[in-house]
Amino acid sequence: MRSLAFRSGLLSLVILTAFLLVWHIATEADHKTSARVTDEYATLMGGSAQTSDIPGPMAVGRTLLSKLSSPFYDNGPNDKGIGIQLAYSLARVISGFVLAAIVAIPLGFVIGMSPVMQGALNPFVQVMKPISPLAWMPLALYTLKDSSLSAIFVIFICSIWPMLLNTAHGVASVKKEWLNVARTLEVKPLRTAWGVILPAAAPTIVTGMRISMGIAWLVIVAAEMLIGGTGIGYFVWNEWNNLSIVNVIVAIFLIGVVGLCLDIVFGALLKLVSYTE
Amino acid sequence: MSAFKNPFDPNLRLHRRGCACGRHHSQAEHDAEVRGEEAVIGRLVEATVVRAMFPKDETRRNFIRAVGAGTALAAISHFFPLSAAKALAAEGGGPIEKKDLKIGFIPITCATPIIMAEPMGFYAKQGLNVTLVKTAGWAVVRDKVINKEYDASHMLSPMPIAMSLGLGSRPVAIDVAAIENINGQAITLHLKHKDKLSPSSWKGMKFGIPFDYSIHNLLLRYFLAEHGLDPDKDVELRVLPPPDMVANLRAGNIDGFLGPEPFNQRAVFEGVGFIHTLSKEIWDGHPCCAFGVAEGFAKTYPNTFGALFRAIALATHYASNKANRSTIIQAIAPANYLNQPVPVLEQVMSGRFADGLGNVKNVPDRVDFDPFPWQSMAVWILTQLKRWGYVKGDLDYRQIAENVFLATDARKRMMELGLNPPKENYRKHTIMGKEFDPAKPEEYLRSFTLRRA
Repeated sequence: MRSLAFRSGLLSLVILTAFLLVWHIATEADHKTSARVTDEYATLMGGSAQTSDIPGPMAVGRTLLSKLSSPFYDNGPNDKGIGIQLAYSLARVISGFVLAAIVAIPLGFVIGMSPVMQGALNPFVQVMKPISPLAWMPLALYTLKDSSLSAIFVIFICSIWPMLLNTAHGVASVKKEWLNVARTLEVKPLRTAWGVILPAAAPTIVTGMRISMGIAWLVIVAAEMLIGGTGIGYFVWNEWNNLSIVNVIVAIFLIGVVGLCLDIVFGALLKLVSYTE
Repeated sequence: MSAFKNPFDPNLRLHRRGCACGRHHSQAEHDAEVRGEEAVIGRLVEATVVRAMFPKDETRRNFIRAVGAGTALAAISHFFPLSAAKALAAEGGGPIEKKDLKIGFIPITCATPIIMAEPMGFYAKQGLNVTLVKTAGWAVVRDKVINKEYDASHMLSPMPIAMSLGLGSRPVAIDVAAIENINGQAITLHLKHKDKLSPSSWKGMKFGIPFDYSIHNLLLRYFLAEHGLDPDKDVELRVLPPPDMVANLRAGNIDGFLGPEPFNQRAVFEGVGFIHTLSKEIWDGHPCCAFGVAEGFAKTYPNTFGALFRAIALATHYASNKANRSTIIQAIAPANYLNQPVPVLEQVMSGRFADGLGNVKNVPDRVDFDPFPWQSMAVWILTQLKRWGYVKGDLDYRQIAENVFLATDARKRMMELGLNPPKENYRKHTIMGKEFDPAKPEEYLRSFTLRRA
C-alpha cells in the first residue's frame, strides 16, 4: 500500500516536471525579434516581442512569489493584495452558501419525508436546476439593485439545487426498518427527524454540500468578472484589462488551490459523519 | 485669464509672457492657478470687486500706485465683505450635502480627468471624499447608475441620451454635467491588413466596437458609410470590451476595431496591429466620454453637484494642458487606476507614437480634454442614432439635447471658475469635410443616401 502511494506520488512529480519543462521550452523558443527600424520607433514599441508572448514558468513563479509575499496590501478600492481579493471572494461564497444551506436542507427534509411535497415541488426544481447561475445576474442586478448582493444571490441560487436534491434523496432513502423501529418506540416525529433521519442521511447531505461548494467557487470568479469591484474574479478581469497573462495565470493557480482546500474541508466533514452499518 | 491677475499689483505687465501653458503671466501665476484652487477663487472675487469699482485699468492702477495695495485692500474690505465673499465663492454657495461619493469609471484614457482628480486631490480640494470604482463594462455602469450605486459616473457620451430615451434599458433620465475628453480614439487594423489601407477594400471584415450606444460605433459607421460600405451589410460589427479587442485581433477573430485609448496603442505595442485612422481625422473635436449623474442628483444635492462639477472641470482643464500630461500619466498608470504600462500611455497622451507600420507620428492633439457639453454634439448623436435605426419616429432634437446635455449649467459654473466656456450651446461641426448644422438635423439626416430612417 505504501509503495502504491509512493509510486503514484513519484509519477505525479515526473508529470509535473515534464509539464514545466515543456512549458519552459515552448515559451523560450517563442522569443522572436521584430524587424529592425529606427531607434526611437523601437523604444516606442517597448520590445513588444517579450510582452506579447505566453509567459514561461519562471516568470509565473516570480510573479506568484511577489504576490504571495505581500498578500494583504491595500492601495485603495481598485488595487488590493491577492489575499484580500481571495478573502472577499470566500466571504461572498460562504454567505451565499450558508443562505442556501438554511433554505435547502429543511426544504430537502420536507421533500424527502413527504411524497406529496416531492410531487408538487419536483417540476419547479427541475425547471430551475438547469439554469446557468450567471443568467440570474441581470435579473438580480435589476431587482436587488446592489451588485454585491447580486453576487451573493447568484452563489445562493447555484448552491441550492445540489443540496436540496441530495438532502431529499438522502432523507427518502433512510431504511424503512429504522423508521419502523422509531415508530414502535413511539418516538416523536421531530426527534425521529433529528435522531434517526439526520444521522442516516448526513453523508448524502454533506456530499450535496460538497458539490454545491465546488459549483459556488466556480461561479464566483465569473460573477466577479462581470460586476467588478473586489474579489479574485475582479483581479482576473483587471489583469486581463492590462493584458497581463502572467498575473492571470497566477490567479488561475490560486483559484485552483483555494478550490482544493475547500474540497478537503468537506472531504474531512464527510469522513466525520459517515458510518458503517 | 486676466481675471486671475492680481488687481492690487500696479507693476503687473499687461502683456503675456512665458509660463508653461502660455496662458499666464508667469510660471508662479500658472502654479497658483493649478495648485491653489482657493487662492484662484479668492483672487477672482477680489478682481471682480476691484474691477467693478474701477472699471478702467488706468484709474485702478493709478489709485493703487498712489495708496499702495495693502491700504487699497483694507479700504475696500472696510465696506465690502471680501473674505465672506471669498468663502462663499470657494464653497460654491453653501455646505456640501453629501461628502462621500461613489464614482464609477472604465479604465481607459477617456476617464483621465475623473481618475486623476482623486490621486491629484481635485476632489479633496472641493471638500469631497470620492471613492473611484473601476467597473467591468458599460452595461454594468448603466445598471449601477440606474441602481443608484454610483452617485456619478464616467459614461460614453451617447449613453445618457440612449438611457434617457429608454434604449437598451428602462428610461432613466441622466444629466451630462461635463464632457470628459475629445478625440482620443482610433481605427486599428490587424497587421495582416497593412496592404488594405483603402477602406473601400474592407468589405467582409469584422470590427470591434465597445458598446452599441458609443461614439465609437457612430463614428465607425459614419466612416465606413462615407467610403461606400454599408456598416450593417458589408462588414460585421461586434460589441467587445477593449482588452478583448486586442486579444481577438491577435487571434484573428476580428480584423480591426474602433476603440478607446490606450488599447489602439496597446495593440501596436503588443505587435499585433497598426493604427489606421485617428478619430481626430474623422471629426476633430468629437466628444467621447461624458460625466453623468442620474436626474435629480443635481437638485437634491446642488452644492455637492457644484463641487463635483468644479473638481471635474478643473481637472479636465488641467489635463488639456500638455505640459501637465507626464505628471498625469504617473498618477493614473498604477494598478488602482488604468493599470497600463507607462510607455503606452505616454505615446497616447503626448501624441508622439509608433503607428505599427514602422513610422513615428506626431499628432499633439491626438487626445484632448474639454469639459463643455455642446448641445449640438447631442443633436449630432441623435441624428446618427436615428440614421442607423436605433431610434425611430419623430424626435424633438433640441428638447432632448437640452434635457440631457446641461450646457447652460456648465457654462455658469465654468465662468465662476474663471474658465472660458463658449458663449453658445450650439455650433456647426465638420465631420469628414461635411458640415453639420444643428439647426437642421432632419435635413442633415436626409442628406445621407445610406440610412435606415
